[in-house]
Amino acid sequence: MSATMQTAAAPGTATSWYEASARARVRLLLDPDSFVEFIGPEKREVSPHLKLFDLPEQFDDGIVVGQGRLGGSGVLIAAQEGRFMGGAFGEVHGAKLAGLLRAARDIGPIPVLILFDTGGVRLQEANAGELAIAEIMRALIEARSAGAKVIGLIGGRAGCYGGGGLIAGCCSALVVSEQGRIAVSGPEVIETNRGVEEFDSRDRALVWRTMGGKHRRLLGAAEAFVDDSVQAFREAALALLGEVGGFGLDTLRKEQARLQARLRDFGGCADAVDIWTAQGVTDAAAVPALPADQFIDLANQIRQVSHDAR
Amino acid sequence: MEDLSLRRDARRPAGGARKMAIVGVVASGNLEVLAERVLPDHDCLVEIRTTATGFGDVWNAVVTDFVERYSPGGLRFSINDGGARPDTVSLRLAQAVRLMEGAQ
Amino acid sequence: MTLDEILTSLFPAGHDVRNAGGVVYGSGSLRSGDRALVVGMADRTPLGVDDAIRLSACVLHSLAQDRGPILVVVDSDSQRMSKRDELLGLNEFLAHLGKCLIHADRNGRPTIGLLYGHSAAGAFLATALATRVLVGLPGATPAVMDLPSMSKVTKLPVEVLEEKARSTPVFAPGLENLAQTGAVHVIWDAGIPLADQLDALLAALPESDDRRDLLGKQRGGRPRAHEIAERVRGLVLQSR
Repeated sequence: MSATMQTAAAPGTATSWYEASARARVRLLLDPDSFVEFIGPEKREVSPHLKLFDLPEQFDDGIVVGQGRLGGSGVLIAAQEGRFMGGAFGEVHGAKLAGLLRAARDIGPIPVLILFDTGGVRLQEANAGELAIAEIMRALIEARSAGAKVIGLIGGRAGCYGGGGLIAGCCSALVVSEQGRIAVSGPEVIETNRGVEEFDSRDRALVWRTMGGKHRRLLGAAEAFVDDSVQAFREAALALLGEVGGFGLDTLRKEQARLQARLRDFGGCADAVDIWTAQGVTDAAAVPALPADQFIDLANQIRQVSHDAR
Repeated sequence: MEDLSLRRDARRPAGGARKMAIVGVVASGNLEVLAERVLPDHDCLVEIRTTATGFGDVWNAVVTDFVERYSPGGLRFSINDGGARPDTVSLRLAQAVRLMEGAQ
Repeated sequence: MTLDEILTSLFPAGHDVRNAGGVVYGSGSLRSGDRALVVGMADRTPLGVDDAIRLSACVLHSLAQDRGPILVVVDSDSQRMSKRDELLGLNEFLAHLGKCLIHADRNGRPTIGLLYGHSAAGAFLATALATRVLVGLPGATPAVMDLPSMSKVTKLPVEVLEEKARSTPVFAPGLENLAQTGAVHVIWDAGIPLADQLDALLAALPESDDRRDLLGKQRGGRPRAHEIAERVRGLVLQSR
């Protein structure tokens, strides 16, 4: 990773990203006192569908969207609250993000930060949630095509699963921490459908090797790995905003080549340690226990990230 | 789900000038409290939507205690509750009023 | 209708579309003389990394040399659920396919989804839901998640879910529900030649703006999405 900009650290930025609420992440990530929320909780735009299931609502429907400044420059930002309904996409929740991305498309180029913390679609509103994700994917690509850079930040307790994983794959770049996980099917779903021999969802080490932040960084599924602190996420987001390219046919061709090479090189590997060994990591089994700073050094040696193939 | 609306008189208005504050998250055993400075100086309103039905007496006791302790005149508190324990409710209400008074 | 019947009815002048292990690709002659690229899935095959990369290769290859619309024909399972697919980064492969289709649609190659069988979850997002217009054929069974699986996750009996589904189209599977929420634009008539219906659609293709949320509002399936998105967009624009 290139040299990070030295920015004044706001108080509390040694805060654990994992432990922080969506609101706290936004408040501490952005420049102090710069955040303005859109359709905040006082607007009480709750889900119209949870009542049918006797489920409690949250006034912001589990996502905080708005604008602020990062390192002095304007950004749009959305942060999912992973503890409300597992951070899952519902009708209102998804529409807030879709509207934000459409705005980025219209006023471009303004960076958008998406703080993912989601299990995917909210089942009680499954069709609305799925559609919201499809609309978000489209709006995101339209925003990028208009010059906006979209950075995804992943490190919360819900991870980035299901349709959230597809949205993440549409971003310009991703920042992930040890706690972050990115996948389409969750561990329990794989086990339920294919059996425990295929995937033991209670084997945490397996889950993290397969879907976790370190593996995603080494695989090239995420551009930056950071320590679990708001300050680290902030610095990584700032650095990536200075590095990522645009979006177009050329990007898609390079991504096709990147993904094809991955299948060719690792498609026969049974486990992440086999992939890491094939990549030249001398002690692959030791990777999960590596502290963040040592892992970051290792990752930078093993895999240079490209910024024009996502 | 149960809806409750509890009105109280407050001895004095809540301090500070902040118009709105939000604390907490709606999850099992947790709750969110939205505080708004929208009422006359000595009025207080606590509106609750909760998954745990039949605990009206407990809510009444918690709110009475809260209003007595903090005198949050002028404030409307709106709660979405995921089945939190009374002490968690008291904590969130206290957090909310402290934010409104500018103490944190 | 089987895939073969569908292709014959779509392309009476001929096509070279083949089904290779559940991955469908080729092209067909339209009445206008143009050729349509056809990509998609068959036989309720799950969409994994190996399938997605082939489909995106077809789309990208076509972008370099063809004109004409792209038909995405869908009869798939959900995404492939396996350790290997997730290990290799399935989310990127599915997102990449979706991006190729979205990019194509915005750059002179209108994309039309044709849901003729099943589809679910991540496969649905990467194929049918990544098109400009999604057509359903009677008998198609799109789902975000089937009710028995939903029952396991929500801990509600299937009968309870079925009861609730009677009062809202917002969560249960089915072509009608996906139409009401704005995902499916139109359900074709299996009794009318598909080529006729395709011609009519191509002659009156919607603009490439994504108006599914507006459709969902007009049809009553998604009462809030359009307005909420528009409000957020408006608030950002106002703040400039």
